[in-house]
Amino acid sequence: MDSAPLLQLNGITKRHGADAALAGVSLAVPAGTLLALVGPSGSGKTTLLKTINRLVEPDEGSVVLAGEDVRAIPAASLRRRIGYVFQGIGLFPHLDVAENIAIVPRLTGAGAAERRARALELLDLVALPRDFASRYPAALSGGQAQRVGVARALAAEPSLMLMDEPFGALDPVTRDELGRAYRALHERLGLTTIMVTHDMAEALLLADRIVVLIDGRIRADGPPASLLRGDGDAGVRALIEVPRRQAERLAALERGG
Amino acid sequence: MRAAAADALAALPELVRAHILLSGAAIAIAVLVGLPLALWAAGHRRARIPLLAFVGLVQTVPALALLALFYPLLLLTGAAIHVALPALGFLPALIALSLYALLPIVRNGVAAREGLDPSVIEAADGVGMTGRQRLLLVELPLGAPVLIAGIRTAAVWTIGAATLATTVGQPSLGNLIFSGLQTENWIRVLVGCAAAAVLALAADGLLALVEIGLARRSPWRVRTGLALLAAAVALAMIQPPRGSSERMIVIGAKNFSEQYILAAAIADKLRAAGYRTELREDLGSAVAYRAVAAGDVDVYVDYTGTLWTNVLARTDIPPAARLRAELGRALARRDGVRILGTLGFENAYALAMKRQRAQALGIGSIADLARAAPRLRLASDIEFLSRPEWRSVEAAYGLRFGEARSYNPTFMYRAIADGSADVLSAFSSDGRIAALDLVTLTDPKGALPSYEAVLLVSPKRAGDSSFAAALAPLLDSIPIERMRRANLMVDRDEDKKSPEAAARWLLRPAPAPRPSAPRSH
Repeated sequence: MDSAPLLQLNGITKRHGADAALAGVSLAVPAGTLLALVGPSGSGKTTLLKTINRLVEPDEGSVVLAGEDVRAIPAASLRRRIGYVFQGIGLFPHLDVAENIAIVPRLTGAGAAERRARALELLDLVALPRDFASRYPAALSGGQAQRVGVARALAAEPSLMLMDEPFGALDPVTRDELGRAYRALHERLGLTTIMVTHDMAEALLLADRIVVLIDGRIRADGPPASLLRGDGDAGVRALIEVPRRQAERLAALERGG
Repeated sequence: MRAAAADALAALPELVRAHILLSGAAIAIAVLVGLPLALWAAGHRRARIPLLAFVGLVQTVPALALLALFYPLLLLTGAAIHVALPALGFLPALIALSLYALLPIVRNGVAAREGLDPSVIEAADGVGMTGRQRLLLVELPLGAPVLIAGIRTAAVWTIGAATLATTVGQPSLGNLIFSGLQTENWIRVLVGCAAAAVLALAADGLLALVEIGLARRSPWRVRTGLALLAAAVALAMIQPPRGSSERMIVIGAKNFSEQYILAAAIADKLRAAGYRTELREDLGSAVAYRAVAAGDVDVYVDYTGTLWTNVLARTDIPPAARLRAELGRALARRDGVRILGTLGFENAYALAMKRQRAQALGIGSIADLARAAPRLRLASDIEFLSRPEWRSVEAAYGLRFGEARSYNPTFMYRAIADGSADVLSAFSSDGRIAALDLVTLTDPKGALPSYEAVLLVSPKRAGDSSFAAALAPLLDSIPIERMRRANLMVDRDEDKKSPEAAARWLLRPAPAPRPSAPRSH
């Protein structure tokens, strides 16, 4: 790699009592990557993601973003520079869609007109009609709400996006549609994205690079194709087996039908 | 009836004003203190339980006692920090009511914070809100309905409890209620209660408007509610024009008719001399004296025997003149309080019975009573059983009653009239002794001191000769018969007069000069 990575994790360790949730995780993420962080429940992937925007402080190790140790940046201003999307979405129920989307510009003191314009622009970007601007979150479907969640995360023009099971609560059709739409946005805006998912199929289809985390350690790290070829240990292969077998059975069904 | 209503209504605007100011300030303080406490406690699980326990405990103290407790507390605090804290009136009432209002505000505040959706809080942190931004942009707006419900409860409680501020000398709608209860002037009681209820409903309604406005995102509702609440407090803050505080005299009164009448008479004389006056009614005996010593009250009427036994804690019982002289020296030396002079009558504690019953049992003296007492029921006023005079009588005669109950003075007379008590602790100047055909029992062992009515003046006014001159016409001018008649005018059921009207009657030149008050005790 000729240039320094946008994000670098160095020996991140986090303990919960005697158990290590993360045991010395190191990772370098070049700009422009869509990296999927995959692992079974309790593998530490959400904890690892949250150390990046300091929602979790590691016991050991450091996070370096664009050459700067994140501990040197006040937590609030660090988080405004990083987009954050999570399964719970967490739209503010007392604010309308436009106000939700433009919350970060509001925190940094942008004027009302500027915020409004930014909100409309972002609605276009996530392919929601502009008249959604004045709706309240309670009036949105799950997929629409998460599009607003993505728009909110993008409002401050971050270079890094953190996504924690972003489409986990959606029905399969919406989930697939939103996943592909996000991948397109990622390309178009030149983002760097770390996406936590427990769904290996989603990871294989969307990501440039897959990092498998089991028991707080990296067990595999590579592009989807190399994982499909069978790189990695037995635990990793077991994770890969599931979507592969599903795909084979679907193909067989198609041939048979 | 109509006169009583007119009297009560005339007093109403000033009392409503005082009531709004007091309860408004108390609620505002409770909100300003309670909200940060609640938000802090919501984030500190360990602090939450003791905090909620504390504010809950405050609620279990009867409001009346809570108010009264701040009198000695403020006196002690003032003495400790060498600042003359006003221990009577607005300050103790404000502190007690603010504390009282804390519970619903803190409890709902904690509940409001805990009821928030954790994913919304995670989002607030995730988008980079500072603690302050999260509070103002997310936690307060989303918790507002529950918070305001707490404030509504606090407002209704406080406006109700503020009527009790009267007992620590702070004017409130309680003035109408307490004086009405004391003199059985039910119109006054009704007017006071109704006004307090209207205030409580109005405050609750306006806060409900704010609450609905927040829930429906309707800014005009929020603004209207808040503006009307603010306007009410602002109106209450407009002071009626008054003279300089130098000419403002605070007159104290304990909680029975004679005290109201005499306070009105004092006010009448002082106003005639160009002073402005303010009344602090319904003070307990001990509170009244300490208030005059501390200068919270400038003048009031007390009784020599009461001061002798309760304030000086003396157990010997000298003759009336020596008792008065010694008392005057002791009070002046110890507290700088001056006895301006006697009013001319005595209002002694006496044990009284219905004439028929006393004759049937052959009881004429307390000594006779002691033999029959185990089969008899005593009705006393609320203070009597805890006063040294009672212990003295009890010890001197070996008195043991079959049953002893405390009443407020009005109901004490009712109890003996309807036969639910046999003996009562009467006041010798009470018109109802004659009206109910009671006899007072003699005290052959001299266990009770004399109780001459005297004017007590605070240290601040003790050397003020024009003040003394204004009150001089009252001295030795009220014979016992006139006092009894004035008392009866207020206490009787038919053709009832207000204390002010009775005072005017009392101050009229007596039709024929009579010998002055009995000094033979």
